[in-house]
Order: sequence, then structure tokens, then C-alpha cells
Amino acid sequence: MTTLNINRRHLLAAGSAGIGLAFAGRVAAQTAGPANKLVVVITRGAMDGLSVTVPYADPNYVPLRGGLAIAAPGEANGALALNEGFGLHPALTGLHDLHGQGQMRFAPAVALPVRIRSHFDAQDVLENGGKGLRQQSNGWLNRAIVAAGGTSLKGLSIGAQTPLILRGDAPVSSWAPGGLVRDGDRIASLLQDLYVEDPMLGQNLARGLATEQLVSMDGGDQRLRRNDVQGLGQAVAKLMTGPEGADIVAVSLDGWDTHAGQRAQLQTRLTGLDQLVTGLKDGLGDAWSRTAVIVATEFGRTARANGTQGTDHGTGSSLLLAGGAVKRGGPIGDWPTLADNRLFENRDLAPTLDIRSVFKGVLRDHMGLDRAALDARVFPGSAAEAPAMDGIV
Amino acid sequence: MASSATDAAVALTRLGLGARPGEIDRVAADPRGWAMGQIRPQGAPQPSGQFADTAERVAQYIDYQSHAGLVRRDRRAAAPATAEAAPSPAPAPGMPDAADPQAVARREARQAARRDITQDTAQEFLARAQLGATTDDGFAERWALFWSNALTVSAAKFASGAFVGQYEREAIRPHAFGRFEDLVLAAEQHPAMLLYLDQTRSVGPDSMAGARRNAGLNENLAREMMELHTVGADGGYTQADVTELARALTGWSIPAARDQRQPNRPRRARRMAAPAEPGPDGFAFRANVHEPGPRTVMGKTYPAAGLAQGQAILRDLARHPATAKRLSRRLAAHFVADDPPPALVARLEAAWTGSGGDLAQVARALVDAPETWTPQPAKIKTPYDFIVSTHRALGTQPQRIQPLRQALLDMGQPPFAPPSPEGWPDTAADWAGPDALVKRLNWSRTAADLAQAADPNAVAASALGPRLGERTRMAVARAESRPEALTLFFMSPEFQRR
Repeated sequence: MTTLNINRRHLLAAGSAGIGLAFAGRVAAQTAGPANKLVVVITRGAMDGLSVTVPYADPNYVPLRGGLAIAAPGEANGALALNEGFGLHPALTGLHDLHGQGQMRFAPAVALPVRIRSHFDAQDVLENGGKGLRQQSNGWLNRAIVAAGGTSLKGLSIGAQTPLILRGDAPVSSWAPGGLVRDGDRIASLLQDLYVEDPMLGQNLARGLATEQLVSMDGGDQRLRRNDVQGLGQAVAKLMTGPEGADIVAVSLDGWDTHAGQRAQLQTRLTGLDQLVTGLKDGLGDAWSRTAVIVATEFGRTARANGTQGTDHGTGSSLLLAGGAVKRGGPIGDWPTLADNRLFENRDLAPTLDIRSVFKGVLRDHMGLDRAALDARVFPGSAAEAPAMDGIV
Repeated sequence: MASSATDAAVALTRLGLGARPGEIDRVAADPRGWAMGQIRPQGAPQPSGQFADTAERVAQYIDYQSHAGLVRRDRRAAAPATAEAAPSPAPAPGMPDAADPQAVARREARQAARRDITQDTAQEFLARAQLGATTDDGFAERWALFWSNALTVSAAKFASGAFVGQYEREAIRPHAFGRFEDLVLAAEQHPAMLLYLDQTRSVGPDSMAGARRNAGLNENLAREMMELHTVGADGGYTQADVTELARALTGWSIPAARDQRQPNRPRRARRMAAPAEPGPDGFAFRANVHEPGPRTVMGKTYPAAGLAQGQAILRDLARHPATAKRLSRRLAAHFVADDPPPALVARLEAAWTGSGGDLAQVARALVDAPETWTPQPAKIKTPYDFIVSTHRALGTQPQRIQPLRQALLDMGQPPFAPPSPEGWPDTAADWAGPDALVKRLNWSRTAADLAQAADPNAVAASALGPRLGERTRMAVARAESRPEALTLFFMSPEFQRR
């Protein structure tokens, strides 16, 4: 009854504001079971995979890393044991628990299809889902929504700006804390009249107000403290539950460009990442069993520590896959080793897997997209890259 | 002269920060002349107010660092032998920090020094926004802000934030209408940039200091110089070029306390350095950190020349045709349209290459170009432009930093703090998303509430002139209250754009 009630109130509020439904077509497209959910977390600035999924058993790891090396499991401040010679950064205790429950997997050496060491260009490729720079003007997550029927899945980005990965033809919403509009109904209605010939402003404002409506019905806008990442995770989870909840969400976490003083920076960032995932799990409740979370970054960092206790822009990095929908399994993709003659350009972890293969595996097995759509529309021209794993759910 | 009123409205919003009451009428006599007259060799006007110059700020920063160093020493003494740390010089049993009144005093001194610097930076930002809200030279202001963003430093990092106000005033504004290579050299040698992109930590592995210490290169500044500040990611350089430039830049640094202490501390002096060569605006070159030898960047070899080696490479990068092409496009995209007319880009590029990177000539080409004067507004304002132009429309200026900071934070553009060295984006997709518009609506209501005395019809007419659309004009006229009328106006499609 509660669910129905909220839904009805929402419809009434939206209707009286003259802004229509936030996600037009959703009701018509309503099908039997609730949709599976996907969260893509982009760690911006190039996350150091060698500190996240620590290859402690690789004999070259400690010599290359020096003071930046994470100790092996069992040692002081050591990595948390995964399997096959890998451990998780000690800050990632929540993710490690998930791994123990068979709800977390990792790909230790992924990369984009092109070799780029510019953050911004690489993020562009990561998000546009093409084979290279500027090949697509919209994002693969948005195209996945289109491929799944356009309006049957609801997309949401977290943050003041919509990242490229969710830009495109499918309407999506966005949300960041702090937006409650006082007495918004009348002004929203007047503004819709003003935006009659301006669909971009009209649709975007309507979607933004509808998302605020969801937040306010669920206890209102308790302003999140800036560093409360767990609270953010829970807030995102709220926006993913209920009949109007989002199915596909993009979250950006900044601050992974660790040229100097990497150890302390990563400790902070990874603690935040862990809290985000934990907050999502707690907030999603039963829906967690239908959820997959991907943590991806634009590229890895140099295998060797640089002269300032940091690392510079590299190539291969790791990807994390977590969620109640994830099945127990080993590392995704091969480990190239850190042997001198295996390093890419004698400096970086060599990738063994195109990161799109992991995305394709998740979209096929978890979101139900077919291979043809993935090869041609979501990741154009990617037929050569097969989904990286079978049956994540 | 309806057309010149339209041109005046275009000039004041597209090239400037919006029209103040009466401004369209004043500019209508000669809109192009209005813009051209602001292209002055001395650069863009400065915010008013008493602020530390870079030399004073360097002294304050050194002072802060010495407090911070003492606090770090206290912490090490209080908490020895965490497995994390390298061998600690002071294995004395730890006393809790709080129990040592001197340590507490030192910690408080550090916090106070940090707070003072942060507050100064906030006041600089307020002064800059006040200049934006009141200046008659809106084009010069926007032009300077463009270059500040193209050569981004960010207060997201405390160290660079300590210098960001000085950076804009001393490195950017004076050179905004000068030669691009001089602008770039001033920017890259400013403490704000050197600290933001970790250059002060980079050590040549084969330099005198590198041979003694376990220290080495940091290629962050070198990479962004090529990728973002000059030729661009597709400008034809390789990883090897980045590393070579990083080697050439070793030694580019800022003054430190030890530079002054040296005469009295021969042992330390021997270990740490020959005296730094002081340069302008808080720059210092440390010869003992500089990697010796010739360097080859993008096919050209530069002989060993100390500081001059990196400067020579940087000048060549600044003069490179790829730089002209890239920044011409970025200028056109910033001022005229997200996807700018190729003819406009070509004009700017021709002015750039024809003048050897004289930014005054490039600015004149922008003002001369017919594409600049299409009346239809195309660009969504950034949050900063939106807030400043609202103040201009009302004839007011921001009075306090805190509400300004909160509004910009909510809209996704916190003061002086772009999220990355790429700087702020400025396309509609970046700033007009669902949440961003909700935040703009919120802010518009607050601004409208505070401006109750204003006549909304007059505000709308004087801010947009002939660009005010009939639909918006009617909505403002029919609103049921002044705050509602102003909110609708600020959120209108034409006021949201420039």
C-alpha cells in the first residue's frame, strides 16, 4: 500500500506541476518483474589498479613499487586475500566481505581499446564506448538504455553535471544533494509554458524536479556532508528503489590522479569507494540481489613508483564488479605479470582484456541485451570483443 | 537603430558578462568599438582590494609550511613505529599530542596560517565576482577568465589554492592581450601552476640532488603543458616527448625557507642545494635539481641550458601550429557555439598564426567576425556567468562570499576549484542537466526574493534589449508577484544563454 500511495502522490504532484512524468513511457512499458539494476562508478583521474587488486604473489611487484607496495595478506597493513595471488587494498573491507560472499569479482588488467595517457581523452573513450576518441557523441550507458527499449529503463546520474556515459537520446535524470525547491509547483508549471519551444530546458527541468520530488517524499533533503560517501550511497539507493526508482546509474568519484604522495591519497579515496558500495548495498535492501556495480577507471598508472612517492599515467588497471547479482568466480581475464619484458612500453601494466568486454558481459547477462545490439549499437564495431565472462547473475 | 541595439545586447552578453541597467543604450552607438576598446596592451582590469602579491604570499606559504613541518614532527614523535612510516628519526615513546601544550600551540598556529590563506583566497574570489558584476569592460573580463581556465590551476589543492588569486592577477590578466608564449611562460612559472601540477617535487635523477636522494621525475606538468596548455593530445607528441620535457623542467620551483637559511647552515646547504636562482613572481630555478644534458622534444634537440632549456621548449610548443588550431577552436566554442562555425575557427587561427600568437590580434578577429554577431543566443551560461549576469541585470553585486560559494557549489562550479587541469567545460550538456536546472531555479528564487524593489519588466528589458522574446516578456508581465516575475526571467531560455 505504501508503494502505491507514494506513486499516486508522485503522479498527482507531477501532474499539478504540469510537468508530466519524469520518465515518460515508463507506465506503458511496465512489465512483469522489477528490472535488474546497474551502477557504474567511474573513478576519475586513473585509479592505480596495482594498489586496488594487489598482485602480491607477482615477484616483480615489490621491486617495482618500492615504498608504494601494499604488503601481502597476513603482514602488517597487508592486502585482504582474494584468490590466485591477488589481494584487495586494506581499505576495501566492505568489498572484501562481498568477495567472501561470492558477490565481488575483479578484472586485474583491463584497458580501453586505444592507448591514451590523457585523462580527459581516455575518459571520453571509456564513456563513449567507441574504439577511439570522438567516435561517438553520446555514451554507451545511454545507448544501452535505448537498446533495451528506450524508456523501459530509467537512467540517473549523480552530480551536478551529466557525464558523457549517460548522455544521449534516452532521457535520463540527474541529482545532487541540496536541491529542494520551495513551493515549486506553480513556478514549474509557468516555466514549462516558457520552455514550450525549448525542449532541452523543458525536459531537463521536469526530470530534475521529479527526482527532487522522489527525494522529498522520502524524508526530504537531509543535506549530505561533503565527505559522507556512505550517505551518498544510501541516497543513491533511495533513488533506485520504488516504482519510479532508477535502474541505471552513473556515479563519478574524483581524485585518483596520484602523482605524489599516493599512499595516503589512495587510502582516503578507496575508503570512500568502499563506503559508497556499502551504502548502496545497505540502502538497496532486497534490490541488492538484482544489482551489479561496476567500478572502472580510464587507465592505470606506471608500474614503477616515480620520484615523488606517486605514479604517473600508465595503461592497464583493474576493474571491480560487485553486487548481489554477481556470481562467485575468479579473476576476469589473464594476468600479464609484471616481468620486465611484459610491461607495456617498459613502464605500464600490460592490458590483457578490452574493458568493453566486461561491460558487454554485464549488459548481456544482467540487463538482457543481445549480442548483436551490443556489437553494433552499444559498442559500435566491437564484434571482435566477446563478452568477457558468462553468467554473472 | 534597432540593429545596433541588438548588436549591443549581443556584445554585452556573448562577449561580456551581461548588460547592466542602461548599458545596452550606452553601447548601442558602437558595439564593436566597445569591445575593441578593451583590447589593451596592459591586459585585463584587476579586481579591486588589498591582496598579497605573489612575493608576500610566498612568504606566508613558507611560514605555513614551517608550522606544518613542526606539526608533522610532533606527530611522528607522538606516534612512532606505525608500520606505515619509513624509519623514524625520533623513536621516543609517544605522548598524546593533546598533552603537550607546545604541540597544541603549534597545531593551532598551523591551522590559523592555513585558515588565513584560505580566507584570503575566498576574498579574492569575491573581489573577482564583484569586478565581473560592475565592470564596464565585460569583454576583457571574459577574455581573461577564458585564459585562466585554459591554463587551469585549482584551489581543490590547498597549495595551488594559496596562489590562485595571485595567479590570475599577476600571470594571467597582464598577459591576456599579449603574446601567447609570454602568457604561457608566466603561467607555467607561477607558484600556483608549479604546485598544482607537482612540478616543485620533480627531481632530475642524474642531477646533483637526484644522485644524493632517492628522488626522481614527476611528469605531471610536462604532460599537461603539451596536452592541455599547448599542442593538445593529438598534437603529435609521444610519451618519450613528455618524459623529455619533464626532464627539461626539473628545477622549476618556488622559493623555500632553506634558501634564506643557507648562509647560516652550511651542512644543510651542502646537502640540500645550491641557492635557488630567484625569478619573477615567486619562481625559483634550482640548478642542483635540474637534469643535465640535451633534450629532444618533438624531433628537435635542445642543448643543455638550465632554466632556458625548458623555456625554449615551451616557447616552441606555444608557437606550434597545433596550438593555434586547438586554442582557436576552443575560443570559438567558448564565445560563440558549442559546435563552432568552422569559418570562425579559421579566422581566429589565421589571426593567431599571422601575428605569431598575438592575443590582441586574435581578440580583434573575434570581434570582427560576422559569426560573432548572430543574434540568436547559443551558449548556456556557466553557473558563474549566470550568477554574475543576474547581478548585472539587477544592478547589484555579491556582498558576501559564503552565499556566493554555496550557490556555485550547488550548481557544480565551486569557486576557483575546477575538478581537473582541463578546467571548466562550457557546453549545454555540461551545465543544463536536470539537477543543474533545479539548482538554478533555487538560486533564481533566492535572488528574486532579495531584489524585491526591482521592477521586473524594466530588468528584463534592460538586460536583454531586443533579444527579450515575446513569450518571456509576457510571462514576466503576467507574473503574480515581483519575485515570481524575476524568477521566470532569470530562468528564461534567453537569459540562461548568451
